[in-house]
Amino acid sequence: MSMVATAYDAIVPAGEPWIHEIVKGQYFRIVDLEGNQAADTLFYNAHDYEDRYSAQNTIREQANIYLTTGTRLMSSKGNALLTIVADTCGRHDTLGGACATESNMVRYAIEKRHMHACRQSFLKAILGWGRGLEKRDIDHNINFFMNVPVTSEGRLTFEDGVSAPGKYVEMRAEMDVLAVISNCPQLNNPCNAYNPTPVRVLIWDPVD
Amino acid sequence: MDENQLFEDLLQPGATWSHTMKRGTSLRITDIHGNANVGAIFYNRDNPAERYNMPDTLKAQHIAKLTRGNVLYSDMGRILCSITDDGVGWHDPLSGSSNAQGVREKYGEARYQEYRNDWHQSAYESFLIELAKHGLGARDMAAPINFFSKVVVGDTGAMRFVSGNSRPGSFVELRAEMNVLVILNTCQHPLDPNPTYEPRPVRLSIRKTPPVTSDDECRLSRPENDRGFTLTERYFL
Repeated sequence: MSMVATAYDAIVPAGEPWIHEIVKGQYFRIVDLEGNQAADTLFYNAHDYEDRYSAQNTIREQANIYLTTGTRLMSSKGNALLTIVADTCGRHDTLGGACATESNMVRYAIEKRHMHACRQSFLKAILGWGRGLEKRDIDHNINFFMNVPVTSEGRLTFEDGVSAPGKYVEMRAEMDVLAVISNCPQLNNPCNAYNPTPVRVLIWDPVD
Repeated sequence: MDENQLFEDLLQPGATWSHTMKRGTSLRITDIHGNANVGAIFYNRDNPAERYNMPDTLKAQHIAKLTRGNVLYSDMGRILCSITDDGVGWHDPLSGSSNAQGVREKYGEARYQEYRNDWHQSAYESFLIELAKHGLGARDMAAPINFFSKVVVGDTGAMRFVSGNSRPGSFVELRAEMNVLVILNTCQHPLDPNPTYEPRPVRLSIRKTPPVTSDDECRLSRPENDRGFTLTERYFL
Protein backbone atom coordinates (compact mmCIF):
# COMPACT_ATOMS: atom_id res chain seq x y z
CA MET A 1 0.00 0.00 0.00
CA SER A 2 3.02 2.26 0.35
CA MET A 3 2.76 3.49 -3.25
CA VAL A 4 -0.73 4.86 -2.72
CA ALA A 5 -1.41 8.36 -1.45
CA THR A 6 -3.04 8.46 1.95
CA ALA A 7 -6.52 9.89 2.05
CA TYR A 8 -6.17 10.64 5.74
CA ASP A 9 -3.32 10.67 8.25
CA ALA A 10 -3.62 11.85 11.85
CA ILE A 11 -2.15 11.43 15.31
CA VAL A 12 -4.57 10.66 18.16
CA PRO A 13 -3.02 11.63 21.52
CA ALA A 14 -3.71 9.47 24.56
CA GLY A 15 -7.04 10.28 26.19
CA GLU A 16 -8.52 11.74 23.01
CA PRO A 17 -11.52 10.48 21.04
CA TRP A 18 -11.45 10.12 17.24
CA ILE A 19 -14.37 9.51 14.88
CA HIS A 20 -14.26 9.17 11.09
CA GLU A 21 -16.01 7.43 8.21
CA ILE A 22 -14.20 4.84 6.11
CA VAL A 23 -15.55 4.07 2.65
CA LYS A 24 -16.02 0.49 1.43
CA GLY A 25 -12.76 -0.74 -0.08
CA GLN A 26 -10.56 1.74 1.76
CA TYR A 27 -7.75 0.53 3.99
CA PHE A 28 -7.51 1.65 7.61
CA ARG A 29 -4.30 1.36 9.59
CA ILE A 30 -3.72 2.04 13.28
CA VAL A 31 -0.08 2.39 14.36
CA ASP A 32 1.01 1.84 17.98
CA LEU A 33 3.66 4.58 17.90
CA GLU A 34 5.35 3.95 21.25
CA GLY A 35 4.17 0.40 22.08
CA ASN A 36 1.56 -1.32 24.25
CA GLN A 37 -1.01 1.43 23.87
CA ALA A 38 -4.66 0.33 23.78
CA ALA A 39 -6.70 1.74 20.90
CA ASP A 40 -10.27 1.06 22.03
CA THR A 41 -12.30 0.91 18.82
CA LEU A 42 -15.95 0.69 17.77
CA PHE A 43 -17.36 0.33 14.25
CA TYR A 44 -20.83 0.99 12.86
CA ASN A 45 -22.43 0.31 9.50
CA ALA A 46 -22.36 3.90 8.20
CA HIS A 47 -25.86 3.53 6.77
CA ASP A 48 -27.46 1.73 9.73
CA TYR A 49 -26.02 2.52 13.14
CA GLU A 50 -28.15 -0.28 14.66
CA ASP A 51 -25.79 -2.61 12.83
CA ARG A 52 -22.58 -2.29 14.80
CA TYR A 53 -19.44 -4.20 15.73
CA SER A 54 -20.22 -7.27 17.82
CA ALA A 55 -17.40 -8.77 19.87
CA GLN A 56 -19.36 -11.98 20.46
CA ASN A 57 -20.31 -12.46 16.81
CA THR A 58 -16.74 -11.79 15.69
CA ILE A 59 -15.09 -14.34 17.99
CA ARG A 60 -17.82 -16.94 17.52
CA GLU A 61 -17.77 -16.79 13.71
CA GLN A 62 -14.02 -17.52 13.66
CA ALA A 63 -14.20 -19.72 16.81
CA ASN A 64 -11.25 -17.86 18.28
CA ILE A 65 -11.09 -15.06 20.84
CA TYR A 66 -8.04 -13.30 19.34
CA LEU A 67 -8.25 -10.88 16.44
CA THR A 68 -5.49 -10.93 13.83
CA THR A 69 -4.88 -11.10 10.06
CA GLY A 70 -7.86 -12.77 8.41
CA THR A 71 -10.34 -11.90 11.14
CA ARG A 72 -13.61 -10.57 9.78
CA LEU A 73 -14.99 -7.95 12.16
CA MET A 74 -18.66 -8.92 12.34
CA SER A 75 -21.67 -6.78 13.09
CA SER A 76 -24.63 -7.38 15.38
CA LYS A 77 -26.74 -8.24 12.32
CA GLY A 78 -24.19 -10.74 11.02
CA ASN A 79 -22.45 -8.60 8.39
CA ALA A 80 -18.70 -8.22 7.84
CA LEU A 81 -17.73 -4.62 8.63
CA LEU A 82 -14.01 -4.86 7.93
CA THR A 83 -11.38 -7.57 7.49
CA ILE A 84 -7.96 -7.44 9.14
CA VAL A 85 -5.50 -7.72 6.24
CA ALA A 86 -2.19 -7.03 7.99
CA ASP A 87 -1.06 -7.25 11.59
CA THR A 88 2.51 -6.85 12.81
CA CYS A 89 1.39 -7.14 16.45
CA GLY A 90 -0.13 -10.62 16.13
CA ARG A 91 -2.99 -10.54 18.57
CA HIS A 92 -5.69 -8.09 19.62
CA ASP A 93 -8.30 -8.31 22.37
CA THR A 94 -12.05 -7.91 22.20
CA LEU A 95 -13.10 -9.35 25.60
CA GLY A 96 -11.60 -6.71 27.90
CA GLY A 97 -13.93 -3.91 26.86
CA ALA A 98 -13.35 -0.24 27.49
CA CYS A 99 -12.51 1.34 30.80
CA ALA A 100 -15.19 3.52 32.38
CA THR A 101 -15.29 5.77 35.40
CA GLU A 102 -17.83 3.34 36.90
CA SER A 103 -15.88 0.15 36.20
CA ASN A 104 -12.72 1.82 37.49
CA MET A 105 -14.50 2.30 40.83
CA VAL A 106 -15.19 -1.44 40.94
CA ARG A 107 -11.81 -2.59 39.69
CA TYR A 108 -9.49 -0.19 41.53
CA ALA A 109 -11.13 2.04 44.16
CA ILE A 110 -14.31 4.06 44.56
CA GLU A 111 -12.14 7.21 44.83
CA LYS A 112 -10.94 6.68 41.22
CA ARG A 113 -14.20 7.96 39.75
CA HIS A 114 -12.72 11.28 38.63
CA MET A 115 -10.08 9.66 36.42
CA HIS A 116 -10.48 9.88 32.65
CA ALA A 117 -11.71 6.73 30.95
CA CYS A 118 -12.47 5.38 27.48
CA ARG A 119 -16.24 5.43 27.75
CA GLN A 120 -16.04 9.17 28.48
CA SER A 121 -14.19 9.55 25.18
CA PHE A 122 -16.63 7.28 23.34
CA LEU A 123 -19.54 9.39 24.57
CA LYS A 124 -17.77 12.63 23.65
CA ALA A 125 -17.07 11.27 20.16
CA ILE A 126 -20.58 10.04 19.36
CA LEU A 127 -22.37 13.01 20.96
CA GLY A 128 -20.19 15.32 18.88
CA TRP A 129 -20.93 13.28 15.76
CA GLY A 130 -24.66 13.54 16.51
CA ARG A 131 -27.04 11.82 14.06
CA GLY A 132 -28.91 10.29 16.99
CA LEU A 133 -26.04 8.32 18.50
CA GLU A 134 -26.19 8.03 22.29
CA LYS A 135 -25.01 5.89 25.19
CA ARG A 136 -27.00 2.80 24.26
CA ASP A 137 -25.10 2.69 20.96
CA ILE A 138 -21.82 1.99 22.76
CA ASP A 139 -21.40 -1.77 22.62
CA HIS A 140 -18.36 -3.91 23.39
CA ASN A 141 -15.24 -2.74 21.57
CA ILE A 142 -11.94 -3.99 20.20
CA ASN A 143 -8.76 -3.28 22.15
CA PHE A 144 -6.16 -3.09 19.44
CA PHE A 145 -2.66 -3.92 20.74
CA MET A 146 -3.94 -5.36 24.04
CA ASN A 147 -3.19 -8.90 25.20
CA VAL A 148 -5.96 -10.44 27.33
CA PRO A 149 -5.48 -14.24 27.39
CA VAL A 150 -8.05 -16.71 28.64
CA THR A 151 -6.96 -19.97 30.24
CA SER A 152 -8.55 -23.38 29.62
CA GLU A 153 -9.84 -23.19 33.22
CA GLY A 154 -11.85 -20.10 32.32
CA ARG A 155 -9.65 -17.44 33.86
CA LEU A 156 -9.15 -14.09 32.16
CA THR A 157 -5.82 -12.38 32.63
CA PHE A 158 -4.24 -9.11 31.55
CA GLU A 159 -0.76 -9.89 30.35
CA ASP A 160 2.06 -7.63 29.31
CA GLY A 161 1.51 -6.35 25.84
CA VAL A 162 2.71 -8.17 22.75
CA SER A 163 2.91 -4.87 20.90
CA ALA A 164 5.93 -2.61 20.46
CA PRO A 165 6.76 0.79 18.95
CA GLY A 166 5.70 0.95 15.30
CA LYS A 167 3.53 -2.18 15.30
CA TYR A 168 0.37 -1.75 13.31
CA VAL A 169 -2.90 -3.37 12.32
CA GLU A 170 -4.50 -2.77 8.95
CA MET A 171 -8.09 -3.41 7.88
CA ARG A 172 -10.06 -3.28 4.64
CA ALA A 173 -13.58 -1.87 4.91
CA GLU A 174 -16.13 -4.38 3.58
CA MET A 175 -18.84 -1.71 3.72
CA ASP A 176 -19.00 1.99 4.49
CA VAL A 177 -18.27 2.18 8.21
CA LEU A 178 -18.09 4.76 10.95
CA ALA A 179 -15.02 4.19 13.14
CA VAL A 180 -14.70 5.51 16.70
CA ILE A 181 -11.49 5.30 18.72
CA SER A 182 -10.81 6.14 22.32
CA ASN A 183 -7.06 6.23 22.71
CA CYS A 184 -7.07 4.73 26.18
CA PRO A 185 -6.19 7.07 29.10
CA GLN A 186 -6.00 4.30 31.73
CA LEU A 187 -3.47 5.06 34.50
CA ASN A 188 -4.36 2.16 36.81
CA ASN A 189 -3.31 -0.81 34.71
CA PRO A 190 0.24 -2.06 34.13
CA CYS A 191 -0.65 -3.27 30.61
CA ASN A 192 0.48 0.09 29.18
CA ALA A 193 3.20 0.61 31.81
CA TYR A 194 0.93 3.31 33.33
CA ASN A 195 1.94 5.51 30.42
CA PRO A 196 -0.71 6.15 27.72
CA THR A 197 0.86 7.22 24.41
CA PRO A 198 -0.34 8.45 20.98
CA VAL A 199 -1.46 6.30 18.07
CA ARG A 200 -1.47 7.18 14.37
CA VAL A 201 -4.44 6.48 12.11
CA LEU A 202 -4.19 6.31 8.32
CA ILE A 203 -6.76 5.72 5.60
CA TRP A 204 -5.84 4.74 2.04
CA ASP A 205 -7.89 4.46 -1.09
CA PRO A 206 -7.78 1.02 -2.73
CA VAL A 207 -5.44 0.22 -5.60
CA ASP A 208 -7.25 -0.29 -8.91
CA MET B 1 -44.96 -25.36 49.07
CA ASP B 2 -42.04 -23.24 50.21
CA GLU B 3 -43.43 -20.05 51.79
CA ASN B 4 -40.76 -17.98 50.00
CA GLN B 5 -41.78 -19.25 46.59
CA LEU B 6 -43.66 -16.63 44.55
CA PHE B 7 -44.35 -18.57 41.37
CA GLU B 8 -43.07 -21.22 38.99
CA ASP B 9 -43.09 -21.23 35.23
CA LEU B 10 -42.04 -23.55 32.42
CA LEU B 11 -39.96 -22.16 29.57
CA GLN B 12 -40.67 -24.35 26.54
CA PRO B 13 -38.02 -25.40 23.99
CA GLY B 14 -37.15 -22.53 21.65
CA ALA B 15 -39.29 -20.11 23.65
CA THR B 16 -38.65 -16.64 25.04
CA TRP B 17 -39.69 -15.18 28.39
CA SER B 18 -39.26 -11.88 30.19
CA HIS B 19 -39.85 -10.73 33.72
CA THR B 20 -38.89 -7.90 36.05
CA MET B 21 -37.00 -9.51 38.90
CA LYS B 22 -37.51 -7.31 41.93
CA ARG B 23 -34.55 -6.56 44.18
CA GLY B 24 -34.78 -9.15 46.93
CA THR B 25 -36.06 -11.99 44.79
CA SER B 26 -34.27 -14.82 43.07
CA LEU B 27 -34.71 -16.84 39.91
CA ARG B 28 -33.78 -20.50 39.84
CA ILE B 29 -33.47 -22.04 36.38
CA THR B 30 -33.56 -25.84 36.29
CA ASP B 31 -32.45 -27.88 33.28
CA ILE B 32 -35.15 -30.54 33.25
CA HIS B 33 -33.73 -33.05 30.75
CA GLY B 34 -30.05 -32.00 30.61
CA ASN B 35 -28.12 -30.22 27.83
CA ALA B 36 -30.35 -27.15 27.90
CA ASN B 37 -29.10 -23.74 26.82
CA VAL B 38 -30.63 -20.57 28.20
CA GLY B 39 -29.62 -17.30 26.57
CA ALA B 40 -30.10 -14.39 28.97
CA ILE B 41 -29.89 -10.59 28.72
CA PHE B 42 -30.27 -8.19 31.66
CA TYR B 43 -31.26 -4.52 32.10
CA ASN B 44 -31.90 -2.11 34.94
CA ARG B 45 -35.70 -1.99 34.66
CA ASP B 46 -35.77 1.58 36.03
CA ASN B 47 -33.25 2.84 33.42
CA PRO B 48 -32.64 0.31 30.62
CA ALA B 49 -29.72 2.36 29.26
CA GLU B 50 -27.94 0.57 32.11
CA ARG B 51 -27.50 -3.07 31.09
CA TYR B 52 -25.39 -6.18 31.58
CA ASN B 53 -21.84 -5.61 30.41
CA MET B 54 -19.81 -8.67 29.46
CA PRO B 55 -16.30 -7.14 29.58
CA ASP B 56 -16.94 -5.35 32.89
CA THR B 57 -18.20 -8.64 34.34
CA LEU B 58 -15.23 -10.64 33.07
CA LYS B 59 -12.41 -8.23 33.89
CA ALA B 60 -13.68 -7.26 37.37
CA GLN B 61 -13.59 -10.92 38.36
CA HIS B 62 -10.83 -12.17 36.03
CA ILE B 63 -13.13 -14.82 34.60
CA ALA B 64 -14.20 -16.17 31.23
CA LYS B 65 -16.88 -18.43 32.72
CA LEU B 66 -19.65 -17.87 35.25
CA THR B 67 -20.48 -19.90 38.35
CA ARG B 68 -21.49 -19.60 42.01
CA GLY B 69 -19.89 -16.61 43.74
CA ASN B 70 -19.73 -14.53 40.55
CA VAL B 71 -21.89 -11.49 39.91
CA LEU B 72 -23.25 -9.90 36.73
CA TYR B 73 -22.12 -6.28 36.37
CA SER B 74 -23.95 -3.51 34.59
CA ASP B 75 -22.01 -0.93 32.59
CA MET B 76 -22.53 1.49 35.52
CA GLY B 77 -20.41 -0.35 38.09
CA ARG B 78 -23.41 -1.94 39.77
CA ILE B 79 -24.50 -5.53 40.22
CA LEU B 80 -27.62 -6.66 38.41
CA CYS B 81 -27.64 -10.23 39.72
CA SER B 82 -25.48 -12.53 41.83
CA ILE B 83 -25.06 -16.22 41.14
CA THR B 84 -25.89 -17.57 44.59
CA ASP B 85 -26.07 -21.26 43.72
CA ASP B 86 -25.00 -23.40 40.81
CA GLY B 87 -25.11 -27.13 40.21
CA VAL B 88 -23.40 -26.88 36.82
CA GLY B 89 -20.07 -25.12 37.42
CA TRP B 90 -19.61 -23.39 34.06
CA HIS B 91 -21.88 -21.03 32.15
CA ASP B 92 -20.71 -19.38 28.94
CA PRO B 93 -20.49 -15.56 28.77
CA LEU B 94 -18.60 -15.39 25.45
CA SER B 95 -20.45 -16.84 22.50
CA GLY B 96 -23.57 -14.74 21.90
CA SER B 97 -26.79 -15.69 20.17
CA SER B 98 -27.84 -17.92 17.33
CA ASN B 99 -29.31 -15.94 14.43
CA ALA B 100 -31.86 -16.76 11.74
CA GLN B 101 -29.32 -17.40 9.00
CA GLY B 102 -27.21 -19.68 11.19
CA VAL B 103 -30.22 -21.67 12.34
CA ARG B 104 -31.42 -22.10 8.74
CA GLU B 105 -27.99 -23.26 7.56
CA LYS B 106 -27.51 -25.63 10.47
CA TYR B 107 -30.94 -27.19 10.93
CA GLY B 108 -32.79 -26.38 7.72
CA GLU B 109 -35.96 -24.41 7.19
CA ALA B 110 -38.97 -25.23 9.39
CA ARG B 111 -41.76 -22.69 9.01
CA TYR B 112 -44.66 -22.18 11.35
CA GLN B 113 -47.03 -23.14 8.49
CA GLU B 114 -45.85 -26.75 8.58
CA TYR B 115 -44.34 -27.13 12.04
CA ARG B 116 -46.62 -24.98 14.24
CA ASN B 117 -44.87 -24.24 17.54
CA ASP B 118 -42.04 -26.65 16.76
CA TRP B 119 -40.83 -24.26 14.03
CA HIS B 120 -37.17 -23.30 14.06
CA GLN B 121 -36.44 -20.13 15.98
CA SER B 122 -33.22 -18.24 16.69
CA ALA B 123 -32.14 -16.41 19.82
CA TYR B 124 -31.21 -13.04 18.26
CA GLU B 125 -34.54 -12.56 16.48
CA SER B 126 -36.46 -13.80 19.53
CA PHE B 127 -34.62 -11.38 21.82
CA LEU B 128 -35.45 -8.49 19.46
CA ILE B 129 -39.17 -9.30 19.58
CA GLU B 130 -39.18 -9.54 23.37
CA LEU B 131 -37.10 -6.33 23.71
CA ALA B 132 -39.67 -4.49 21.58
CA LYS B 133 -42.39 -5.35 24.13
CA HIS B 134 -40.39 -3.29 26.63
CA GLY B 135 -39.79 -0.36 24.29
CA LEU B 136 -36.26 -1.52 23.47
CA GLY B 137 -34.65 -2.47 20.17
CA ALA B 138 -31.54 -3.63 18.31
CA ARG B 139 -29.52 -0.71 19.69
CA ASP B 140 -30.21 -2.05 23.18
CA MET B 141 -29.19 -5.65 22.57
CA ALA B 142 -26.86 -6.70 25.36
CA ALA B 143 -24.32 -9.47 25.07
CA PRO B 144 -26.16 -12.59 26.24
CA ILE B 145 -24.97 -15.19 28.71
CA ASN B 146 -25.57 -18.80 27.68
CA PHE B 147 -26.47 -20.59 30.90
CA PHE B 148 -25.80 -24.36 31.10
CA SER B 149 -23.35 -24.22 28.19
CA LYS B 150 -19.56 -24.53 28.33
CA VAL B 151 -17.09 -23.11 25.83
CA VAL B 152 -13.41 -23.50 26.65
CA VAL B 153 -10.62 -21.41 25.15
CA GLY B 154 -7.34 -23.10 24.20
CA ASP B 155 -3.82 -21.68 24.22
CA THR B 156 -4.18 -20.34 20.68
CA GLY B 157 -7.48 -18.70 21.52
CA ALA B 158 -9.59 -21.38 19.84
CA MET B 159 -13.11 -21.73 21.25
CA ARG B 160 -14.48 -25.24 21.78
CA PHE B 161 -18.03 -26.16 22.79
CA VAL B 162 -18.06 -28.91 25.43
CA SER B 163 -21.07 -31.19 25.00
CA GLY B 164 -22.85 -32.71 28.00
CA ASN B 165 -22.05 -29.86 30.38
CA SER B 166 -25.41 -29.89 32.14
CA ARG B 167 -27.03 -32.97 33.64
CA PRO B 168 -30.79 -33.48 34.10
CA GLY B 169 -31.93 -31.52 37.15
CA SER B 170 -28.99 -29.12 37.12
CA PHE B 171 -29.84 -25.59 38.19
CA VAL B 172 -28.46 -22.10 38.54
CA GLU B 173 -29.81 -19.47 40.91
CA LEU B 174 -29.68 -15.72 40.28
CA ARG B 175 -30.43 -13.20 43.02
CA ALA B 176 -31.62 -9.78 41.81
CA GLU B 177 -29.58 -6.95 43.35
CA MET B 178 -31.55 -4.31 41.41
CA ASN B 179 -34.96 -4.33 39.73
CA VAL B 180 -33.84 -6.29 36.72
CA LEU B 181 -35.54 -6.85 33.39
CA VAL B 182 -34.40 -10.32 32.39
CA ILE B 183 -35.12 -11.89 29.01
CA LEU B 184 -34.53 -15.62 28.63
CA ASN B 185 -34.54 -17.82 25.54
CA THR B 186 -34.06 -21.58 25.22
CA CYS B 187 -32.68 -21.77 21.67
CA GLN B 188 -29.63 -23.99 21.27
CA HIS B 189 -26.14 -22.63 21.77
CA PRO B 190 -24.74 -21.24 18.50
CA LEU B 191 -21.59 -23.41 18.78
CA ASP B 192 -23.43 -26.62 19.75
CA PRO B 193 -22.32 -29.12 17.08
CA ASN B 194 -25.52 -31.16 17.45
CA PRO B 195 -26.96 -31.06 13.89
CA THR B 196 -30.53 -31.65 15.10
CA TYR B 197 -32.83 -28.83 16.14
CA GLU B 198 -33.75 -29.94 19.64
CA PRO B 199 -33.86 -27.09 22.14
CA ARG B 200 -34.66 -28.12 25.72
CA PRO B 201 -37.19 -26.79 28.23
CA VAL B 202 -36.26 -25.36 31.63
CA ARG B 203 -38.24 -24.79 34.80
CA LEU B 204 -38.24 -21.33 36.38
CA SER B 205 -38.81 -20.65 40.05
CA ILE B 206 -39.12 -17.15 41.52
CA ARG B 207 -38.60 -16.79 45.27
CA LYS B 208 -38.24 -14.10 47.90
CA THR B 209 -34.70 -13.91 49.29
CA PRO B 210 -33.36 -12.43 52.53
CA PRO B 211 -31.33 -9.17 52.34
CA VAL B 212 -27.66 -9.49 51.39
CA THR B 213 -25.53 -9.81 54.52
CA SER B 214 -22.04 -8.44 55.10
CA ASP B 215 -20.64 -11.98 54.90
CA ASP B 216 -22.39 -12.82 51.64
CA GLU B 217 -20.39 -15.29 49.53
CA CYS B 218 -20.68 -13.28 46.30
CA ARG B 219 -19.79 -10.06 48.09
CA LEU B 220 -16.71 -11.53 49.76
CA SER B 221 -15.51 -13.51 46.77
CA ARG B 222 -13.19 -10.62 45.84
CA PRO B 223 -12.69 -6.93 46.78
CA GLU B 224 -14.07 -5.78 43.43
CA ASN B 225 -17.42 -7.40 44.25
CA ASP B 226 -17.51 -5.79 47.70
CA ARG B 227 -17.19 -2.40 45.98
CA GLY B 228 -19.81 -3.46 43.42
CA PHE B 229 -22.28 -4.25 46.22
CA THR B 230 -21.49 -0.93 47.92
CA LEU B 231 -22.17 0.99 44.71
CA THR B 232 -25.40 -0.96 44.18
CA GLU B 233 -26.57 -0.23 47.74
CA ARG B 234 -25.89 3.50 47.24
CA TYR B 235 -28.21 3.43 44.22
CA PHE B 236 -31.10 2.57 46.53
CA LEU B 237 -30.29 5.12 49.26
